[in-house]
Amino acid sequence: MKNPLDTLKGTITLGVLLTVVLWLIVELAIF
Amino acid sequence: MWLFIEFLARWLHILSGVMWIGLLYYFNFVQGPFMAEAAAAAKPEVTTKLLPRAMWWFRWAAMSTLVFGLILIYMLSTDSGSAYWSSPRGVSILFGGILGIIMWFNVWFIIWPNQKFIIAATKAAVAAGKPVEGLGTRPRIAFLASRTNTMLSIPMLFFMAASTHNPWHLIGG
Repeated sequence: MKNPLDTLKGTITLGVLLTVVLWLIVELAIF
Repeated sequence: MWLFIEFLARWLHILSGVMWIGLLYYFNFVQGPFMAEAAAAAKPEVTTKLLPRAMWWFRWAAMSTLVFGLILIYMLSTDSGSAYWSSPRGVSILFGGILGIIMWFNVWFIIWPNQKFIIAATKAAVAAGKPVEGLGTRPRIAFLASRTNTMLSIPMLFFMAASTHNPWHLIGG
C-alpha cells in the first residue's frame, strides 16, 4: 500500500481527517 | 505591564509560527515538487545555497514559536490557575500546543539532523567534483517527518484558532 504522505493530496486528507477525529474527541469525550 | 508582556509573547508566538509554517509549506508545496523536476545539475545549487538559509530560518522560527508558546502557557497558568487548562479554551489550546511540540521535536531532532548531513555531504561532493553518495535513508526520513508536520499543522492550527475564534461555539459550546 502506498504511503499517503507521499502525495500532497494524501497529506492534506490525513490532516483534515485527524482534525475531525481530534475535534470529536474534544467534543464528545471531554465536554 | 503583565498584560502587555502577555500580548507581546502572543504576537511573537504567532509571528514566529507564521514564519515556521510558511517555510514548512514552502518546502512541501514548492521546493519538493521543484526538486523532483529540476535538472540534475541544478539540485546541488539548491541543496548547498538555498536549503541552508531556509533551514536556518525554519528551525529557529520553530524554536522561537515554542519558547513564546511556553511563556504564554506560564503566563496563562499564572493568570487563571490550573482551572484554565480544563476550560474549553484551555483544552483547545493545549491540544494545539501538544501537536506543536511534536512538530517542534520533528524539526529539531529528525528533519534538521538529517538535512544537516545531506547539506554537508552535498557540499563535500560538489567540492570534490563527484556525485552525491552515501545519503542512505536520510532523505526519506527527513521527507516523511516534513510531510508529517504538514499533516499535523492542519489540526494544530484548527485547535489554536478554535480556542478563541470558533464561530460555531462547538468546542465546549
